Amino acid sequence: MATATATPAGAPTPKVNRIGLPVIEYRGGKTTLCAGCGHNAISERIVDALFEMGIQPERVMKLSGIGCSSKSPAYFLSRAHSFNSVHGRMPSVATGAVMANHTMMALGVSGDGDTASIGMGQFVHMMRRNLPMIYIIEDNGVYGLTKGQFSATADLGSKLKTGVINDLPPIDTCAMAIQLGATFVGRSFSGDKKQLLSMLKAAIAHKGTVMLDVISPCVTFNDHEGSTKSYKFMQEHDEPINELGFVPSFEEIDVEYDAGTTIDVRLHDGSSLRLRKLREDFDPTDKVGSVRTLMEAHENGEVLTGVFYINPEKPTFIDQLNLVDQPLGTLPESVTKPSQEALQKAMASLQ
Amino acid sequence: MATGDLALGHEQSKSAVIDAHSRVVNDFSIQVATVNGSGSQSANSVLLKSIFDMGVPVSGKNLFPSNIAGLPTWYTIRASKDGYVARHKKIDILVAMNAETAREDILGLHPGSVAVYDEALNLRQYRDDVVCYPVPFDKITAAVCPEAKLRKLVRNMVYVGVVAHLLQIDMTSVETALRKQFAKKQKAMDLNFGAVRAGADYAAEHLPKQDPFFIERMNATAGKIIIDGNSAAALGAVFAGVTVVAWYPITPSTSTIEATIEYLKKFRVNQEGKATFAVVQAEDELAAIGMVLGAGWAGARSMTATSGPGISLMAEFSGLGYFAEIPGVIFDVQRTGPSTGMPTRTSQADLLSTAFLSHGDTKHVVLLPGSVKECFEFGYAAFDLAERLQTPVFVLSDLDLGMNNWMSEPFEYPAKPLDRGKVLTAEDLNRLGGFARYADVDGDGIGYRTLPGTDHPKAAYFTRGSGHNSKAAYTEKPEEYVEVMERLARKFKTAQTLVPAPVLDRNSGAKIGVIAFGTSDFAVNEALDELKSQHKLDVDYLRVRAYPFNDAVHEFVASHQRIYVVEQNRDAQLASLLKLDLAADQAVKLRSILHFNGLPIDAESILNELVVKEGL
Repeated sequence: MATATATPAGAPTPKVNRIGLPVIEYRGGKTTLCAGCGHNAISERIVDALFEMGIQPERVMKLSGIGCSSKSPAYFLSRAHSFNSVHGRMPSVATGAVMANHTMMALGVSGDGDTASIGMGQFVHMMRRNLPMIYIIEDNGVYGLTKGQFSATADLGSKLKTGVINDLPPIDTCAMAIQLGATFVGRSFSGDKKQLLSMLKAAIAHKGTVMLDVISPCVTFNDHEGSTKSYKFMQEHDEPINELGFVPSFEEIDVEYDAGTTIDVRLHDGSSLRLRKLREDFDPTDKVGSVRTLMEAHENGEVLTGVFYINPEKPTFIDQLNLVDQPLGTLPESVTKPSQEALQKAMASLQ
Repeated sequence: MATGDLALGHEQSKSAVIDAHSRVVNDFSIQVATVNGSGSQSANSVLLKSIFDMGVPVSGKNLFPSNIAGLPTWYTIRASKDGYVARHKKIDILVAMNAETAREDILGLHPGSVAVYDEALNLRQYRDDVVCYPVPFDKITAAVCPEAKLRKLVRNMVYVGVVAHLLQIDMTSVETALRKQFAKKQKAMDLNFGAVRAGADYAAEHLPKQDPFFIERMNATAGKIIIDGNSAAALGAVFAGVTVVAWYPITPSTSTIEATIEYLKKFRVNQEGKATFAVVQAEDELAAIGMVLGAGWAGARSMTATSGPGISLMAEFSGLGYFAEIPGVIFDVQRTGPSTGMPTRTSQADLLSTAFLSHGDTKHVVLLPGSVKECFEFGYAAFDLAERLQTPVFVLSDLDLGMNNWMSEPFEYPAKPLDRGKVLTAEDLNRLGGFARYADVDGDGIGYRTLPGTDHPKAAYFTRGSGHNSKAAYTEKPEEYVEVMERLARKFKTAQTLVPAPVLDRNSGAKIGVIAFGTSDFAVNEALDELKSQHKLDVDYLRVRAYPFNDAVHEFVASHQRIYVVEQNRDAQLASLLKLDLAADQAVKLRSILHFNGLPIDAESILNELVVKEGL
């Protein structure tokens, strides 16, 4: 396929991925978010992950709701169709789009307000359906576009710039997603390049709902002393629960490992996710144990990151619909419009 | 109370006492009063279909409560040799099966009417001017139905037998109707037919005919079908190739989706047993419309069905669909509002709220079917229009049309190919070198779109409800915003030429005209026939079938001195919508005839108002 940018004569040939595309083909428009915003770092990791995995850009649908986070699909992967919908309703739009074309990869970007407040109803039901898509929450604990009000993921006791103290407990979107039926649930930090990139690559290989809560500091409204979603706070409190080693299906596994210290998960596309245990008793395939661990971490004031839960076996919503292989949206009329005889039969039964 | 309207404050019908010696053939109404959940629906349906099998035009209306079981419910059957199917205010034959309402039911009858009732109720004590047929239902039922727990259901079939005998409906016709009802269930067939025969036998032996009502065989129903509007709309959608259905249950629209699912299972599962459709019961109406738009954006023919409260919830997404230009079909089976209103009663009061659903300058294409046949045709056409115009299309029927059984000509197969609208493929893009999503290339206000997955590096565009320019890029520039909004207005003009045109039903060059839409049609036609026969007055009639209105509507108003707009809501919503379109000197010609008590509009109400307003 032709690429949108020609290489100037004499310039070194850019590095290309396994489908022959340079990384620039995965980039998007210039960001209009604040300099230093965690969301921009996440966009960069998404670009890296799609590039490294060799995903054809046209095979991706980008979806979002409303808010700073939901603007970000404009800043990566310009060659993919994108749908910036209404506030808190991206899950329903994604569900419709995936039903219409289940052969595509759906990548949703939401925020903590877009998900945990106005969008909670749809978020819950999407997790429950195990819709095959990647759902990323760019989580900064505040509403940026309306100038810094607390969101529902803000921690109890955290402080706004204006001195207002949050007196309500946070919603843990990861614990919820696990309990509801999502099959790949993790938390990362926009500042942890390595962990986030591995997690995103594994997410691309997974079949089912991937829910990633990525702490993404808001440099303008929530990066001060007293905030629990600031760069400084995260650098001091980030507690990885496991270390991710992702080996895509098209690469050989060549690292020896010490049985008992790692958990290997074979993903749908043949890739492999190796999770090196940083806590001896933590098993990311144990739903109940995962939720318990997350609740205990809350009690202890820790911010756990890593893959909390993974189940590559559970049927997805699309599996349950028992659909034909071709996308429903482009089925020909010969398949979707019943025959004249069919109508006559229906009429005869009503006479 | 029931449906005699007396309790609702309407003036009593003027019709005189029926002369017991003159035969009234194939022109009367039967009302069955029962308890919700008692299984009377099968019995009512068998009675209706028996009359249909006798070749007599017939219609049935279920007036039911918003309740699972226990509250009173009424079913009205109108036999009309002239083919009138609107609700008839006057009840000629009452079947009183509900002890709680029996007294009220018989008190509501006109002198000379007939009452069939359970002997124990002794209704004769209330009226000596009504023909009374007491029947010992329990005794008859017990004799033919040994299983006590089935008696509640079988009891209803006994009245079918009694009424069939009294009206002289052939037992073979009742048997045919029963077979349709119970299809392959031989045991149920035997049990129920036994009950029908027992009822008929009792009537033959103990109830000498004292009333003038008869059903005589005609040949007016040959080749006709009986169907409800929701099933008809579902058939339309399935034959239009709908692939994604998202919904949330709400009366009276639920059966639209249930019928859609049935037809999809029947017609759209391939030889490998795989589905060419996806149906999802959403968490609410917000999600249902979101899924419809997501699917429409990705190329699927998608639909939902709802009623007023659901329409309110769909407001925000509807504006997105309009502004981002995404196809989708929304069936609104109207019930009464405001708010929860009367969920099981009919109305036409969602017209304005759907036409302008959402904030900002939003306008929608609204189709207005007036028969089950049009439910099918518009249910089909809505998908072509939505994709051609790249916008949500609303189809407004109502509870009366949607949930009641109507006689109809069989539906014709839509032979012309589906119109999938302006969609560019990878080959098109190779040829064109690229495209601007919201540019008005053809001058009709409709841009070209691509679908996700189109294998071309220039296929993608960014869909957004925020301000955008012709290239789908974000904008806050005044002139770019205005350009998009003006193009959308131009597209709405194009819609005028594509939506179903109004039907000029009567055009005699009269001075006055009537405009109506949807189910008001049946009552309007009957009322205008009566006006002609009783008062020798010709009135022209135009039935609008879609918004935006086209030029024929303007011409109709211009060529008449006075226009009566007949509709089933309080606020004259169709008249208001017309006034927005008409010049000031034309708008003053409109006056309204309104009906909004939750019951289907009837001819008598329209006739009375016309007579008073015209000073006849």
